[in-house]
Amino acid sequence: MSERVLMEGSAAMAESAVRAGCRFYAGYPITPSTEILEYMSVRLPQVGGTCMNAESEIEAIGMVWGAAGCGVRSMIASTGQGISLMQESFAELANAQIPVVAVNMCRGQGDYFQATRGGGHGDYRFIVLAPASAQEAVDLAQLAFHLADKWRNPVMIMGDFLLSHTSEIVDFRPPAFPELPPKSWAITGADGRRGITLSPLGPAEKLSTDIAAALSAATAKHGGIKGEETRAETGHLDDAELVVVAFGFPGRFAKYAVRLARERGLRVGFVRPISLWPFPSEVIAAAAARARAVAVFELNAGQMVEDVELAVRGRAPVHAIGGISHDHSGFGVGPLLNVELILQRIEEAYGTA
Amino acid sequence: MTDVPASFEKVFEPPDLLLRAEHSLCPGCGEPVALRMMLELIRELGLRERTICVAGIGCYTAFPMIMDVDVMQALHGRAPSVATGVKRVRPDAFVFTMQGDGDMVSEGLQEVIHAAARGEKFTAIVFNNAVFGETGGHMTAATVLGQHTKTTVGGRDRERHGSPIKICELVAQLEGAAYVARAAAHTPSAIKLAQQYLHDAFRAQLDGKGFSLVEILTMCPTDWFVTPDQGPAFLEKHLVPTYPLGVIKQ
Ligand SMILES: Cc1ncc(C[n+]2csc(CCOP(=O)(O)OP(=O)(O)O)c2C)c(N)n1
Ligand code: SF4
Ligand SMILES: [Mg+2]
Repeated sequence: MSERVLMEGSAAMAESAVRAGCRFYAGYPITPSTEILEYMSVRLPQVGGTCMNAESEIEAIGMVWGAAGCGVRSMIASTGQGISLMQESFAELANAQIPVVAVNMCRGQGDYFQATRGGGHGDYRFIVLAPASAQEAVDLAQLAFHLADKWRNPVMIMGDFLLSHTSEIVDFRPPAFPELPPKSWAITGADGRRGITLSPLGPAEKLSTDIAAALSAATAKHGGIKGEETRAETGHLDDAELVVVAFGFPGRFAKYAVRLARERGLRVGFVRPISLWPFPSEVIAAAAARARAVAVFELNAGQMVEDVELAVRGRAPVHAIGGISHDHSGFGVGPLLNVELILQRIEEAYGTA
Repeated sequence: MTDVPASFEKVFEPPDLLLRAEHSLCPGCGEPVALRMMLELIRELGLRERTICVAGIGCYTAFPMIMDVDVMQALHGRAPSVATGVKRVRPDAFVFTMQGDGDMVSEGLQEVIHAAARGEKFTAIVFNNAVFGETGGHMTAATVLGQHTKTTVGGRDRERHGSPIKICELVAQLEGAAYVARAAAHTPSAIKLAQQYLHDAFRAQLDGKGFSLVEILTMCPTDWFVTPDQGPAFLEKHLVPTYPLGVIKQ
C-alpha cells in the first residue's frame, strides 16, 4: 500500500525508520539533525518504543549500544560535531558486530572522510548511504536497517541541511527484503542456555580466548559487503567525454547541471554514488576508461575526489570542481549550490579535458 | 583444580555461576571477592535467567568470560548509558553494571550521575580500589590523599592533585537514586555487610524503586605496592577514613 505525504526530509526519514521497526532512539540536539529527535520523541512512544533525550552524544550512543545489543532496531542521529564524539563507540560497535543505524545530517559535505574512513580506531568499516532526496532518505532508511541486521554491521546515513529541511512528497512504500535469520547473538538473559558475552574485545562464547577469530569475523564480511551492497545512480555514461561525480543532495544539483550541459550539446555523463562505502569504484573506473576526464563536485575541500582518483587510477585526469561553501549560518548551504555555477565549472572541465 | 582426598568433607565450593574457579587477577585482589558475592546473590534470588550484566573496563573485565550470565561489555566509563539502553528495552531484565573507580568516577563520571538522576532502574556496582589497577597503578579521581601511585609519587597532594570524589555521597543527593551504600571486601564482617547491601540494592531494582548504587572497597595490593596479606589492613587504614562504610540512602 503506498502512502504519499508532504514531509521534511528529517521527519520522513524518522517515520521510515519507525516503519522499518526502529524502537529505540537516543539523541542530543544539534542543527540540522534535531528534527529527527523531535519527531522520535513524539512518534516512538506511540508504537511502544523509547526515545531518549540523552545528556551527551557519548551517552546517546551508549544507550543505543545497549538497546541494539538486546536485538532491538535502534537509531541515533547527529551532525558532524556530535558524530565526532561517538567515534570510540562506532569503532567498537563494529567490532562487537552490533547493528545500529547512525544518521549524520552534516553541515556541508566536509564529513565525507569521517563517514567513509571513520574517526575511530581499528579495522572497522561502516556501510555509508547518501540519499539525495526525501524519498531516497525514506527508502535508504529502510535499507539501512535491513543491511545493518543482514551484515551485523553499523550503517550510516549521510545527509545534510537541505535534505533535513526540504519538504518533498514521499511515498512510504513498504520494501520487499528477504527475511533475515533470528538474532541469536542478542543479549536476552541466559534463559535455557549458557550465558554469552556481547563484546568488542573478543568472542561471545564463555571461556573462549580466540580474540583474533572474533575480530577477523567482524572484518571478514567487508568483501561480501563490497560485492553485494555497492549502489550508484548513473546517467549518460555511454558516450560521456566528461564524467561528473557528485553525491547526496548536492548531487541533484550536479545532475541537473549535467542535463543542461547535454542540452548544450556537451557529452557529459554523471555518477552519483549512493553507497559511499562501499564506493562504486568499478562504475567510475569503467566510465573513466571511455572518457577524456572526470570532474568531482562536492561541498568540501576535496575528499571524495580521493576515492574517485583511486577508482580511476590514472585512466583520465580528475578535476575537483567543488569547494567549501557556506552562507552566514555555517550550515553548508552556500553560493556553490547554484546550477549555473556548477554548469560553468563543468564546461571548464569539459574544455580543458 | 587439584584432586581432593576422599576423607575430606566439602564445606565450601565456588559459586555455580562461575564457569572456571581460577581467575587471572592478582593474589589478594578484592575484586574476585566482590564477584563471588554478586554471583551468589544472583543465584539466591533466582535471577540468573533474566540477568544482564554490563561490564566496564578494568581488571574485572576478565570476569565476563567466566560468569554464566549474559554480559554486555561496554567501553571504559560507558556502562551506565549502555545499561540504560538495556533496561529501557528489557524492563523485565535484572540489570547491573560492574565498574571500577577509574571507570565510573574518572572516565565516566557524568554517566553515573545522569543515570542516577533519571532514576534508571538498574543497579550500579563499583569496585573502588582508589587506583587504576589495570594500567599499573595510577591516580584516579578516587585516589585518597596521601596515597602513592605512579602519578602521585610522594602521595596524592590536595594542592597539586585535588581531593578524591566520594561517588556515593555525590549520587545520593540525586532524586532518582533510591538506594546508595558503601561496603568493603576486606574482612568477613565487611563481606557480610556487603552482601546485605547488595541484596537491598537488588531489591530496590526489582521493586522498581529507582537507581541503586553499591560501592565496594576492594584490595589492590599490587598497585598499593604492598604484599597480598597486607591488603586488608591497608584498605582499613587508608581507604575507610575517606570512604566510611554504611548505607547512605535508602
Ligand atoms: C578510553 C580508554 N581510556 C583508557 C583505557 C585504559 N584503561 C584500561 S583499564 C583502565 C583503568 C581501570 O581502572 P578501574 O576502573 O579503577 O579498574 P581497576 O583496574 O582498578 O579494577 C584504563 C585507564 C581504556 N581502556 N579506554
Ligand atoms: S592490579 Fe589490583 S585490581 Fe588489578 S588484579 Fe591486581 S590487585 Fe586486583
Ligand atoms: Mg580501580
